[in-house]
Amino acid sequence: MNVLTENWSVFWEGFLGTVELTVFASLLALALGFLMASFRVAPVGSLRVFGTAWVTVLRNTPLTLLFFAVLLGLPRFGLVLPFKLFAVLALGCYTSAFICEALRSGINTVPRGQGEAARSLGMSFGQVLSVVVLPQAFRSVIPPVGSTLIALAKNSAIAGAFSVTELLGTYRTISELGYNIVWTFVWIAVGYLIVTLAISALFNFLERTWGVAR
Amino acid sequence: MTDATALYDVPGPLTRRRHLLYGVLSTAVLAGIVAWLLYLLFSTGQFTYTKWMPFEYTGIQELLLRGLGNTLKAFALAAVFSLALGGLLAAGRLSDHRGVRWAATAVVEFFRAMPVLVMIFFIFVALKAQPLVALVAGLTLYNGSVLAEVFRSGVAAVERGQREAAFALGMRKTQVMTHVLVPQAVRAMLPAIISQLVVALKDTSLGYLITYEEFLHAGKLIASNLDYDLPFIPVVMVISPIYIGMCMLLSWFAGWVSRRERHSPKTEAVAVAEAGPGALLPGGEPPTAPRP
Repeated sequence: MNVLTENWSVFWEGFLGTVELTVFASLLALALGFLMASFRVAPVGSLRVFGTAWVTVLRNTPLTLLFFAVLLGLPRFGLVLPFKLFAVLALGCYTSAFICEALRSGINTVPRGQGEAARSLGMSFGQVLSVVVLPQAFRSVIPPVGSTLIALAKNSAIAGAFSVTELLGTYRTISELGYNIVWTFVWIAVGYLIVTLAISALFNFLERTWGVAR
Repeated sequence: MTDATALYDVPGPLTRRRHLLYGVLSTAVLAGIVAWLLYLLFSTGQFTYTKWMPFEYTGIQELLLRGLGNTLKAFALAAVFSLALGGLLAAGRLSDHRGVRWAATAVVEFFRAMPVLVMIFFIFVALKAQPLVALVAGLTLYNGSVLAEVFRSGVAAVERGQREAAFALGMRKTQVMTHVLVPQAVRAMLPAIISQLVVALKDTSLGYLITYEEFLHAGKLIASNLDYDLPFIPVVMVISPIYIGMCMLLSWFAGWVSRRERHSPKTEAVAVAEAGPGALLPGGEPPTAPRP
């Protein structure tokens, strides 16, 4: 217990770092994933190809390789940003591929007749998507998007190994001070459990409020 | 199921021209981005001879190959062990004894909720294990727990009648499991199992963070060599296609298996066992009915 109380500020800083990374990367992933999903169903061929390539490549890239390339590679182009921003970029782009697939399969669960009915009322592509299909798709994508964001929170641990302030990275500081390493890891584990359980509670709430009643 | 085509009408001549315009414009934008990237690569001198020279040396090539071999070794060990652990935990979760069931559930839920990197670091730092042991153990615990859930849901998805019929024939519960439920479940779950193995293959790159001498680690060694003018970008350009290609190959294999399963008469017979009004023979589904 004294490992936690005596290093409270270190743990707290790391915990805030993890939360911050998770929130910003989630926002980026949701925005990019939405964009890519609309590219993948768009009537324009080159956008479809781009969306498909984005998803296929990023889904099959090891996240460590992506971090390696972004955090250590982009500075070679003279693009020097804070490491935290790079970490958000890498995490967000990686997760956007999974969000895109979740959204696209959500669009696929909307019955075909809905889109057809909307079109026969004379709606344009944008209207069909935004007024008819996406509101219905949104209800069925809540659980898969939730589990994708939980995976994002867990993946943010990799950023800690690339010297971004983050919960897993705190073990180095604390073990240098000579505290018990096993207990340090127990408290780190508790920190991650808090983050993932909070996300799953949030998505349970969303699911109860807006989810499809089956 | 909504095809992309259900979202918009078959385009007329005017719309087709508009779409062509959009297509040309977006292609131009994408080409512009690619050109800008290429310009950056050239202007920061990433294609100089010194930076690409190391890949000509056999020593460097051997270093990369050894790294690739270590990656594949870690993947093979992790795959075998996590399949075994997954089977064991799934058996525990399906057990008739309450204590065993709860223990297995607790283990599965805990390791699924933990970041795999925290486990790997814990085994590496706190238990002072070798890098390979730590990597394989961490991957095994995580992927084994996920696979246990896959196996369990697969067994649960086999129709109840199969199980009841097997019990009615006088089989014991182990026989029911091994002879009736598991063979059908594995066939249906094969794509999900292979997809999870793709995750394991991707996660072997975490070994880089605990100084396991795998593929990325070999790349890092070359990239930080001053003799070759720090060839970082060339290393990334060599390594990432190989890594991504391996994962894509395995993903494609998962997709191929799942497509094959969908057309296989064996699984079709499993899925259509319910006798509807029109089905005179087992598996006699109307051939036009769409399958999910």
